[in-house]
Formats: sequence, structure tokens, C-alpha cells
Amino acid sequence: MGELRAGPAVTDGSSGAPERGARPRRNTLRPVHVLCGLAVLVALTLLSVLIGAADLGWQRVLAEIGAQLTGGRSPLSEREAAILWQLRVPRVVLAALVGAALAVSGAAFQGVFRNPLADPYLLGAAAGAGLGVTVVVTTMPQVDLGSTGLAQVAAFGGALGGVGLTWLIGRSAGSDTATLVLAGVAVGAFLTAAQTFVQQLRVESLQRVYMWILGNLSTSGWDEVLVVLPTSALAAVVLCACSRLLDLLGTGDEEASALGVRPGRVRALVLVAASLATASAVSVAGLIGFVGLVVPHLVRLTAGGSYRVIVPLSLLFGGSFLVGGDMLARTVMAPAELPIGVVTAFTGAPFFALLLRTNRAR
Amino acid sequence: MSRTIGLRRNAALLLTVFALLVPITSCASRPSSNEQSNSGNDSASAFPVKVELSGRQSVTLTEQPKRIVSLSPTATEVLYEIGAGEQVVAVDKNSDHPERAPRKEFSALDTSASAVSEYRPDLVIAQAGSADSLAEGLREIDVPVLLTPSAENLQDSYDQIKAVGRATGHGERATETVNRMRSQLDEVVERTPEPRGELTYYHEISPDHFTATSESFVGSVYRKFGLTNIADSAGEGKFPQLSAEKILRANPDVIFLADTGSAGVTKEKVSQRAGWNSLTAVREGRIHELDEDIASRWGPRVVELARAVSEAVDAAQQS
Repeated sequence: MGELRAGPAVTDGSSGAPERGARPRRNTLRPVHVLCGLAVLVALTLLSVLIGAADLGWQRVLAEIGAQLTGGRSPLSEREAAILWQLRVPRVVLAALVGAALAVSGAAFQGVFRNPLADPYLLGAAAGAGLGVTVVVTTMPQVDLGSTGLAQVAAFGGALGGVGLTWLIGRSAGSDTATLVLAGVAVGAFLTAAQTFVQQLRVESLQRVYMWILGNLSTSGWDEVLVVLPTSALAAVVLCACSRLLDLLGTGDEEASALGVRPGRVRALVLVAASLATASAVSVAGLIGFVGLVVPHLVRLTAGGSYRVIVPLSLLFGGSFLVGGDMLARTVMAPAELPIGVVTAFTGAPFFALLLRTNRAR
Repeated sequence: MSRTIGLRRNAALLLTVFALLVPITSCASRPSSNEQSNSGNDSASAFPVKVELSGRQSVTLTEQPKRIVSLSPTATEVLYEIGAGEQVVAVDKNSDHPERAPRKEFSALDTSASAVSEYRPDLVIAQAGSADSLAEGLREIDVPVLLTPSAENLQDSYDQIKAVGRATGHGERATETVNRMRSQLDEVVERTPEPRGELTYYHEISPDHFTATSESFVGSVYRKFGLTNIADSAGEGKFPQLSAEKILRANPDVIFLADTGSAGVTKEKVSQRAGWNSLTAVREGRIHELDEDIASRWGPRVVELARAVSEAVDAAQQS
């Protein structure tokens, strides 16, 4: 995490987020924020492991964790241990990974396009990944979505294709970011239509596609974790390392070039990494909206506007956000489950609106 | 934000279509079968006939239909079983039984009234819920439509078979079919030993653990054998989704897979699911792959489903 230390002070860019008002941009990652983020993530993860559809008793789960750590005798039966270690824990871990991946790619997209509305959904990345996975689901119904890498490869191809198309159209139409975002909307609409078309070709697979679209962590295990972990970790490292460059891009391409940064290359690298993170999340968990848009903003509103702060903290808080969301998804309508995408939008949107309002009023 | 809204709209649309595809629509009303004009033989004198099912809009046929289009796989099976096969001119792409049915590349979900009317039908049979708007269009161009709701129990199925019989001029054969189904089912149930103690089962409809409770049609078949459904305590409705945790916790004695078709679930795949090797059913090899079509329709082949259940119960008793 060496890239996260305070670098040379960056002058406040004119294109920065307006909601910061007159407050100076904080561009160092403060330990208190990192500790806070870690504490929330650990607390929510632990809580999430204690609560589940099968009532194992939270004292017994704690005792089991203690027994595993100290090598003592397990208080759980074999089947209960399977529930805990093979179903619940991997699901919580996966939620954390997916949330972190979506939030960090959202932060990166916002930085690259200098647009606070940019997120994996706005630029065609999620729609492209969705099309890729849908093609796999409909043409190869025998494939397990989570445990094989195939859906992920298709998702990555689709995500990269979506962003690439947005990039090409946006560039040829004009170089300002508004044009790019508009191009993203057009590409996203087109890819979503293509996805619907593919679904209609095989109505039988509609249910699987539908379940997947709303987001689903309910059938995940360690296999899915192993699919997401390497790619999203790689993407996260790249994006954290690039966060200083994102700040430089924020000052404008000319200034960035003057400081020895090649804006085009940085953009391409960040886009590929963010698309990879989005794709790995989408391929196992479906389309989970709102995380990539809201979490970076929460960080921006509370901890500061520099991408050296936003990118790493989005990782931590994105993970927490989805672990908490998944906990709600499992408990609100228990024993039934809510699609996680519904929970993130339901809880994230009002919370975000409230924060926006109090922040403005200040 | 328009992208997000678009996605949501799309999802809402899919939700609707899904709800129609797998009929979760709870029909509180009982089928009020029209028993009149059914006792006699099925010559032309049986017409005109008025057929009504489950409080749905009734259909009146002035004479025996000669060109029938079926957009319901269950109805197709019924039509051929009761001897109306020769009148059938087209069936939807999901009607895969019997083989000789004239299958066309459309279904109630993706076709229009005008496309159906090209077969010049004098009776269209389709499933209530998934074909409601299509039926409206057909009625507008004066094509009689019989909408069959999804059966909730065996009695619904019997009523429906008789209704299709009356509408097509094969009321007698339909009654015979129902009587044969009834006696065959009774026979299968009778020769199956009653479970000693509680025998629990899990009936999987899709790999994400959607299942059917005893309130559903398929659940009513299991109930005849005295099996206990692990989903009954789990949630409301006929087709709840169970969490994997819940299934492991319930530890069913027998697992039935009704998602062997398009989803391609197999015994082996189920055994390899995370944590599932701790289940009694997996350890004792009591996972049964069902024919997905037979397990999801409510036609005459329900007897075959009952036989599969019977074998499973038998095997579970012996181990």
C-alpha cells in the first residue's frame, strides 16, 4: 500500500466534485479512517457469520470459531459445521469481495471520467458483462455459473467490450466527459436490449437469467470466492496504485501531461482494471446496482475528495456495505430471501439522499 | 441515472414474465366445473357447449372444434390422451409430448393473436396467466379460447381434463381417463409401504433452491404417500425459495430433482454442492432425478410421477 502515502500536494482541480464546497481537498489517507473502515468491516462480517437462516445459536458459533482458532473441540455437529464453514462463511466473504470490487471500480470510473455519476452501470461495463453472462447462461445451460471461470471470462469480455465501445463512440463524438457518459448510456441501452433479445431466444432460461440479474449470493461457496478473489485483488492493487494518477487526471489532461503522466495510458489501464473488477463481481453475484455509485460518494462526503482516499476506502466500505446488505437480504423476509440488488437500492438510496442533504445543509 | 431506471424496468418486466411462466399466481377460487351436458355421448348433439374453468371467462362452442391449437404442454398431453389428437393442427414449442403433436416454433409468451390465427383455429387452449393477453386478442377476432389454470391438486387436474373433453367433444373419453388415473394412482399408493416414522423430502425446482410446498400440485402427489415436505415449515406460498442453510438444517431423507432438464442438475452435481455431503439423502444415495416435464405438468402422466415417488419411498424404506 506504499502508493497510498501522501505524495506531493495536488492543487485542487477545477473539475472536482462540487459538493465539497469550500473545504480543502484532503489527499492523505488518515489512519483513523482506515481503522474505522476495518472495524466496521470486521464487526459486520462477524455479525453476519453469527446470523443465518439455520439457527445455530450465536454462542455456539462463537465457541466454534474459538475452537477452530485454538484447536479445541468443536461444539457443532458435522452438518452444522458444514452450514457454517461451507455455506455461511464463504457467502459473507464473497459479499465482502463483491462489494469491494464494485465500489472500487465505481470510484475508478468516477476518477477516469471526472464525473461523479460514473459507475459500472453508466459506462456499459455492467451491461456488457450482463450480456456476456446471459449468452453463456442461455447457450450453455449445463454450466454452473459460479464455479467455472467461463462466466467470468464472458463477463470480462462483455465489460471490456461495453466500456471500449463507449470509449470509441465518446472519443469520436467529442472529448468532453459529458459526451462520454452519454455514449455510455447509449451503449448500455443497446447492450441491455441485446441481452433481452438473447433471453427471448430461449424463454426456458428466463428464470435463471432473471434470478441472476437481480443479484444473488444465495448459492455461493468457496469455489466462487476462489473465482473472484485473484482477479478482484489484482484489480484493487492496480487501482490503489493508480489513485494518485487519478488525482492528477482530475487537474486536467494538459496539467497531467506536464507532470509526466500520459493520460491516455492511465485511462486505459484504469478502465481495464475496473472492468475486470466489475466483471468478476458480476459473473458470480449478478447485477448488484448502487454499490459502485454510492460507496465512493459516501467516502467522498465523509473522508475527503482525493482519489488516494476514495479508492482504498471504497474497498473497505464497499465490502461492509454489501456484507450488511446481504445480512438484511437474509433476515428481513426470513426464511425467504430478498435479492441483494433490491436491498442495496432500498437501503442505499435513502441513506445516500439523507447524507447528501445534511452535507449540503452544513 | 436513466440506466438504472432502465434496468429496473427491465427487471420488473422479467419479474412479470417469470411470475407467469412459473404460475405462482395463487388462485384462491376453486375450479367450478360445469357438469351439465356431459352425461350423454359425444356426438354433435353435445354441442353447443359452454365450458368454464376456475371462474375464468367461459367459452361457448357451437359445434365440435375441428382445428385446435394448444399453447399449453399439459393441455396437449390431455388432448392426445382423450382422443382429440386428430383435431389438433398446431401446438407450442414446449409441447413435446406426444412426439407426433404438430410442434410449431412459438409459445404463449412470444407469439401474437394474428400468428395463432393463421392456423385458422376454431378452438385455442392456453394456460391462464401466461396467455391472458393473447387470449384477449384471439377473442377479439372471434376465436374461442379455453384458458386452463395451473392445477393446485389432483382434483383440479381431473376437472381440467373433463373440461377439455367437453370442449373438444370427447367428454366420455375424458371421464374414462380421469377414472383410470384415479385408480392407477390409488393402486400405486396402495402397494407402496407407508413410511415408518417421518420420511422427509426436498423437491427442487431450480438450482437456486426454489421448491414446492404441500400446497402445490406436485406437493399433493407426495402427500398421498405420507411424505413430509421440508419446505412446509419454511415459508408461505406454493413455491418458496429455500436457503442452502435451511436445507442442510432440515436434513431431508430423500431429494427429488425436478430441474434435470434445462438447468441440467444431476445427482452428482447435487452431491458435490458445498456442505451437501453431510446430508442423509446424499450419503444414503437417496437422490432421485425426475423427468422435469412430468414433474411440472398436471396431465395424465402424473401417474408416472407417482410411480417414481413410489420407487423412491420403497428404496428409502429398505435402506
